[in-house]
Amino acid sequence: MITQAHVKLTGFGASVKRKEDPALLRGEGQFIDDIHLPEMLHAAFVRSPYAHAKINGIDKTAALALPGVHAVLTHADLPQAARDNTLPLLVPHPAIKLVKLPYALAKDETCYAGEPVACVVADSRYIAEDAAQLVEVDYEPLPAVNDCRAALEEGAPLAHRDAESNIAARFPLKVGDADRAFTGAAHVFREKIYQHRGGPFFMECRGIVAEYDAHHDAYTLHVASQGPHRIKRSMMEVFGFGDHQIRVVTPDVGGGFGPKGSFYPEYIDVAAAAALLRRPVKWIEDRRENFLTTHQERDQYWDMEIAVDANAKIIGVRGQLIHETGAYVPWGIVLPWITATTVPGPYVVPNFKLDVISVFTNKIQTTPVRGAGRPEAVTTMERLMDRVARELKLDRAEVRRRNFIQPEQMPYKVGIIFRDGRPVTYDSGDYPACLAAALKTSDYDGFAQRQAAARAQGRYLGIGMANAVEATGLGPYESATVRVATSGKITIYTGATPQGQAHKTTLAQIASDQLGVDFNDIEVVTGDTSMNALGMGTFAARTAVNAGNSVHVAAIAVADKAKKIAAGMMECLEDDLELADGFVRLKSAPDVRKSLRDISVKAFGMPGFSMAGGLAPGLEHTAHFTPDQSAYSNGAHVAEVEVDIETGEVKILRYTVAHDCGRVINPMVVDGQVIGGVAHGVGNALYEQLMFDDNAQPLTTNFGEYLLPMATDVPRVDMVHLETPSPLNPLGVKGAGEGGTISAIGAIISAVENALEPFGVVISEAPITPQRIVALLGEHARGRTR
Amino acid sequence: MADTRKIAVNVNGTMRSATIETRMTLVDFLRHELKLTGTHVGCEHGVCGACTVLVNGNSARACLMLAVQCDGQEVATVESLATDKKLNVLQQAFQDNHGLQCGFCTPGMLMTLTEFLRDHPEPGEAQVRDVLSGNLCRCTGYQGIIDAALDAAKKMREAAP
Repeated sequence: MITQAHVKLTGFGASVKRKEDPALLRGEGQFIDDIHLPEMLHAAFVRSPYAHAKINGIDKTAALALPGVHAVLTHADLPQAARDNTLPLLVPHPAIKLVKLPYALAKDETCYAGEPVACVVADSRYIAEDAAQLVEVDYEPLPAVNDCRAALEEGAPLAHRDAESNIAARFPLKVGDADRAFTGAAHVFREKIYQHRGGPFFMECRGIVAEYDAHHDAYTLHVASQGPHRIKRSMMEVFGFGDHQIRVVTPDVGGGFGPKGSFYPEYIDVAAAAALLRRPVKWIEDRRENFLTTHQERDQYWDMEIAVDANAKIIGVRGQLIHETGAYVPWGIVLPWITATTVPGPYVVPNFKLDVISVFTNKIQTTPVRGAGRPEAVTTMERLMDRVARELKLDRAEVRRRNFIQPEQMPYKVGIIFRDGRPVTYDSGDYPACLAAALKTSDYDGFAQRQAAARAQGRYLGIGMANAVEATGLGPYESATVRVATSGKITIYTGATPQGQAHKTTLAQIASDQLGVDFNDIEVVTGDTSMNALGMGTFAARTAVNAGNSVHVAAIAVADKAKKIAAGMMECLEDDLELADGFVRLKSAPDVRKSLRDISVKAFGMPGFSMAGGLAPGLEHTAHFTPDQSAYSNGAHVAEVEVDIETGEVKILRYTVAHDCGRVINPMVVDGQVIGGVAHGVGNALYEQLMFDDNAQPLTTNFGEYLLPMATDVPRVDMVHLETPSPLNPLGVKGAGEGGTISAIGAIISAVENALEPFGVVISEAPITPQRIVALLGEHARGRTR
Repeated sequence: MADTRKIAVNVNGTMRSATIETRMTLVDFLRHELKLTGTHVGCEHGVCGACTVLVNGNSARACLMLAVQCDGQEVATVESLATDKKLNVLQQAFQDNHGLQCGFCTPGMLMTLTEFLRDHPEPGEAQVRDVLSGNLCRCTGYQGIIDAALDAAKKMREAAP
C-alpha cells in the first residue's frame, strides 16, 4: 500500500516539480550558443536586401582580405550536391502545382528579403559581420509581390521569375452538397475575414554548431531544433550521406513553437563550411535575422458564407480560403490543409465546401506556428457563429449550443480527410459540457449586469467566446527506448525533442508507474540521432500521445522482462512478482527480491555463456507507438475585455479556459502549456503585426516595432479541466500544447466586438490593434472592418 | 585592427581580467570570454531582458553595455544566485510555481526580480507585472513567474530577522 501511494504521488497524474528546472535556474542549461568547441569559427550571412532580385555576380575579394576571415561561401562554393539540390519538400502532395524550394545559398535569384546569399566564416562573429559588409553582390531588383490576394490578380508580379502564376496549390474540400443546401436556406450570411501572419518569436534564436570528422567523413551537427531526426533526414536527402556519416544532436532549446522544426538553408551552409575548413563552425541567428528568415504563419483571406435554418441550425458552410505560403513551400500544403479541416470544429456542419488556394509571395514562407492553421479556422468559424447570433438576435452561447456535436454522437465522422490521411473522426469529447464549464467559471450569466454597470460609467465591456476541436497526437510514431543499465540505473532515450514542455519530467513519470521507481531516478535523454535510430520530434501537440505511449509500452515490456528473468533467478512464478523501489520482489514477501541491477547484469549475459533459447539479451525495450489517427482535444475560451474608446486600448479583465486533453500526465505542466498558449493568442489577437512595404520589404524587424505580449498585457487564466480519455491510445492522452492559442484569437475578437456593439463595429480581422479600433470608431463607425 | 583594452571586472565576487576589443558587449564578454553562459542573448537591442545582469547592484542590459564600461565595476549574473547545494529562495519559488518552461528568459527574469525584491519586499501583483514588463517570455504567459515572485517575496519576508 505504501508503494502504491508513493507511485501516485510522483507518477502519471501528479503535479511533480520539473526535473529540468534546477540547472536552468542556476544558469547551467546548455543552449546552442553555450557550446564552445576548441578551434571553433563563427559564421555570418550576407542576405538579400531585396524581396525579389536577380544576382548578376558576387565579389568577395574585399571580404576575404579582412584579417581573421577564413572563407566566404557562395552558391558556387558549395559541395556539388548542395548546388544541384534545393532544400527538400518535407510533405509532398499531389495538389501542389508548383514546387519551389530554396537552395542553401541563392543561385541566381532571391525571392524574399533576407534569403541567404553568402556565408562568411571568421575567427569571431564580430569579424564575420565586418566581412559580410564587404561582400559585394550585384543585384538586379525584380518586381515583388507582397500580398497573396494581389498575387492572384491578372498581371501581378511573379514571385518566381520562371513561374507561370503565383498559385502554389489549389484543392477543394467537400462534405455533402453545400450549393444545394444553400438554395432555400432560411438565412445566409457572408463574412470576409483577414487573418494576419505573426511569428513564433521564441526567445532563443535559431542556431547550429557543425563539426566535421575528416577521418570518418562524418558530421556532427548541434542544432537548436524540434527534432534532430528530421534534420538528419533532410541533410541525407540533399547530400546522400550514409547513416553513419551524420549525427544531429539538439541541446536545451529556448522555445520552438513550430518553426524550429523546419529545415533551414543555414544548416547546410554551416555544415559545408565546417567540412571545407576542417574546424567547427557556429552560427547563431541574431534577432534581425530571426525577423527576416525564421518561418512565420497565418496570412489568410477568407470569403465565407454560412446557411442556417430558422432555428439557427447550420445547414452549410462554403467559401474560399486564400492562404499565403510566402516564397517557398517547405511543408507543402500542410498548413492550409489543417486550416481547412479545422473549420467545422465542434459543430454539426452537414454540408461544407471550401476552395483552398495556396499562393506564393516574396515574403518569408509560412509554416506551422503554435496552432498550425487552426487558430485561423476557429476564428473564422466563430466569427460566423457570432454573425448568426447577431442577425437572429440570439444569445451567442445559445447558437453554439444548438449546433454542438453531442457526446453520444462520438466517435463523430466529420466527412473530410485530415492531413494524416485519415477521415476526420473525433474520438471523444463533450463539447456542450466544455462550453458550459467555461461559461459558468467566467460568470457569463452575470455579464450583462457587469456590462450595464460599466456603461453607466462610460466604460465599454465585452465578452466573447470561442470553441475548438484540435487534431493532436499526429503520427507517424515516436521512438522510445527504456533501458536498465547493468548499474541498475534507468535511462529513457527518445526522438521527442523538448523546447520547454518538460518531457524529461513527464516521460519519466509515465515510466515510473511501470518500473516501480521514483521519476527522479529515471533519466530521459532527448533529441540525439545516435541514441534512437528513428524519431520525429516535438511539434503538432504530438509528444504525449506518441512518445508518452511509446515510453509506456516500452516500460511495460521492460517490467515484464525483469519479472521473467527474476522468476528464473528466484524460482517462482512471474505473477507472484512486482516491481518496487528498484527491485523485483515477491508480492507476498517483499524482502525476497532481486535488484534491477542484478537482473540487468543477468540479461546482459556473461562472456562465453550461451543465452540461446532464452529471452533476447539486455534489460531494455524499444517501442514506436503508432497512432491509428489523431486524438481530438477540445476547448472553450471565454474572454472579458474593456475597450477604451478614446485610445483603442483593450484590457483583458478576465479569461477562462475549459480544456479537455484527455488524461493529464502532469496538471501543472498542462496548465503551463495552456496558459502560455493563451498569451500567444493574446499577441495574435491584439498586438503582433509583421509589416511589409509595397515591395515586400519587412518593416518590423525588432521587438520595438513588433510587439510581443508583456507581463502587463496577459491576464490571469482561470482553468477548468475536463478529462475525456482518448480511446485511441493506452494512456488515454491527447495533445495540450496548442489549444491555448487556437481559441484565444476568436474569443478576444468576439469580446472586443461585443464591447463596441453600441457603435455598430463589426470586426473581421486579426489582430485588432488600438489604431484599428480607433479608426473603426471614427470614420468607419457603423461600418465593417473589411 | 580593432581597438583593444585590458579590463578588470569583479564578476560574482571574483576579479576577472582580460584584454578585449573595445566594441565587445558585456554579454559577449561574460558568455564567450568568461564562459559564464547563464546570461542569455535574446534580442541584442535591449527589449527582451534575457541578458539582464546587475552592475553595481543595479539591473542592466548586458547586450547594451560594452564590457569596457564595466572596468573596475561589480557585475552579478545568474550564476551568483545559488549555492553549490541549494537554489536560493527566488529560484526555488520559480520551480515551485512553474515559473519557467524553456528557461531561456529565466536568468534575466531572476536578475530583474533579485533587484526588485531587494528594494520592494512587499510588492503587489500589479507592481510585479510592471517591473516584469521589461522582460519578455514566450512560454509561460507570465502567470507562473508572477506567482513565483510573490511567493519568494513572502518567503523572504518570513525569513527576515
